[in-house]
Amino acid sequence: MPLAPAITDLEQLKDHPPLARLLSWNANAVESAKFDRDELTIVVKRAAIREACAILRDDPALAFNFLADITAVDWYPNEPRFDVVYHLLSIPRHKRVRLKVRLSGDDPNLESITSVWPSANFFEREVYDLFGVRFSGHPNLRRIMMPEDWEGHPLRKDYPVEGYR
Amino acid sequence: MPQMFTPTPTLEPSGPQTMTLNMGPQHPSTHGVLRLLLEIDGETIVRVMPDIGYLHTGIEKTCEAKFYQQTVTLTDRIDYLCPLTNNLCYVLAVERLLGLEIPPRAQWMRVMLNELTRINSHLVWLGSHALDIGAMSVFLYCFREREDVLRIFEMVSGQRMMTSYFRIGGLALEPPLGMFDAVRKFVQRFPSKVDEYENLLTSNPIWMERTKKVAYISAEDAIALGATGPTQRASGVDIDLRRDMPYSSYEKFKFKVPVSRDGDVYARYLVRVQELRESNEIARQALEGMPEGPIKADAPKIVLPDREKMKTQMEALIYHFKIVTEGFPVPAGEVYQAVESPRGEMGYYVVSDGSPKPYRVHVRAPSFANLQCLQTMCDGGLIADVVAAIGSIDIVLGEVDR
Repeated sequence: MPLAPAITDLEQLKDHPPLARLLSWNANAVESAKFDRDELTIVVKRAAIREACAILRDDPALAFNFLADITAVDWYPNEPRFDVVYHLLSIPRHKRVRLKVRLSGDDPNLESITSVWPSANFFEREVYDLFGVRFSGHPNLRRIMMPEDWEGHPLRKDYPVEGYR
Repeated sequence: MPQMFTPTPTLEPSGPQTMTLNMGPQHPSTHGVLRLLLEIDGETIVRVMPDIGYLHTGIEKTCEAKFYQQTVTLTDRIDYLCPLTNNLCYVLAVERLLGLEIPPRAQWMRVMLNELTRINSHLVWLGSHALDIGAMSVFLYCFREREDVLRIFEMVSGQRMMTSYFRIGGLALEPPLGMFDAVRKFVQRFPSKVDEYENLLTSNPIWMERTKKVAYISAEDAIALGATGPTQRASGVDIDLRRDMPYSSYEKFKFKVPVSRDGDVYARYLVRVQELRESNEIARQALEGMPEGPIKADAPKIVLPDREKMKTQMEALIYHFKIVTEGFPVPAGEVYQAVESPRGEMGYYVVSDGSPKPYRVHVRAPSFANLQCLQTMCDGGLIADVVAAIGSIDIVLGEVDR
């Protein structure tokens, strides 16, 4: 099973229903897309993430009704520094899609999707705790793993693993 | 929309009659180090506020400093009741990043051991859950059979709990002589043992009194709050990743997915007990259909060579040295691999930047998400029902906190 190269051309990817749905909703909201190792990734603009999630959830043909996971990746020192990654699952259709938002290092904040899925609560708190990405509109954005008075965000790549000196 | 779950640990009561009660982190029914702040009105629960993180060990951060193969040993420690499921999920993710093809014998072995792991995990759950509610003898019965499963794990890997038996590209070792006989004996005997547990509990009036119509959660709430696995299926959501999005040859096995619509503690008990029988059936099918052949993929730069070859072949020695000292580069990309763990959807999101160490490993832990249901389950219930609710979602704190 040799690896097929990733497809990143939007024109070729238009057949994928989630991408087609988002493009028909607002073509400006989609920054790019990628199909790699049987997984579809859609990079969405920061301002559009909550609505994009709501559209994918409510469209009966797609029915991405389950939020599997939210996490982040730190690409320090590159910019945009953070990828916030959403994994959606369609329970009736047995399909997955990955949404991604790119955030710059000096202003890492975006809209919370707890109003779309209450389950985002813990996941967003975890991303906030370990990466320092802020979610506006989250009802209770506090640290979840680390103690309240902890300094820094441990999963950032510039976090001093041997302690501050 | 279900009630938003906003756990703000505060000692300020929300009404004139309520008081705050601290439960855990050393409470025996919290299965580890879960701390709950309960706001109660008399005996009735008003709010449940979990406080987690006592067991946070930074496994995701540690993974970034290890070679891909070394990370396997860390995944055991995430959910210590089903180490092989963690191993499987992680190696599947990396194998997809690499584009590796795994020989059928290794896949069958993985399925068989995963189902034994599920039995192991469910037995610990059943024993401790019944113990929490007051049925003490079930615990002893469950741990008797669990011992047999752990012996099988010890045979294949030398370890009872932290097995680390799966390798990227296959298995660590050919299973030892006598191992299949031990599994055969176990799967033949086990259904009658499940009958024994059911005799003790299923129609026991005290058990039903403590579990029926307790900690109810609807299918909509379970989906909205991120519950997966038996917690979700007991509310009537019919999804099992083994059947619906198969991995590691699960599509070649025949099994039923138990679903209930009652959504209470009793339904979750019934679903898990049925899963014990189904897992046993899958393990039996895997044992009977076990193909012959290699247990490692044909990828000399990734899979360690046999010891014998290293003594006679120069290339094998070189590859061994290189894999052990430098690891192996993995093509850049990202993969989210989900498997059905005993607790629900376990997902590994692995990002590679092309180096021999993972750039980012994230674990989607089922217990972590399932824990969010606790407020909805316990709302308006009694304090004693909180214990039943915690037991019924089967949390493992190693996985919640990572």
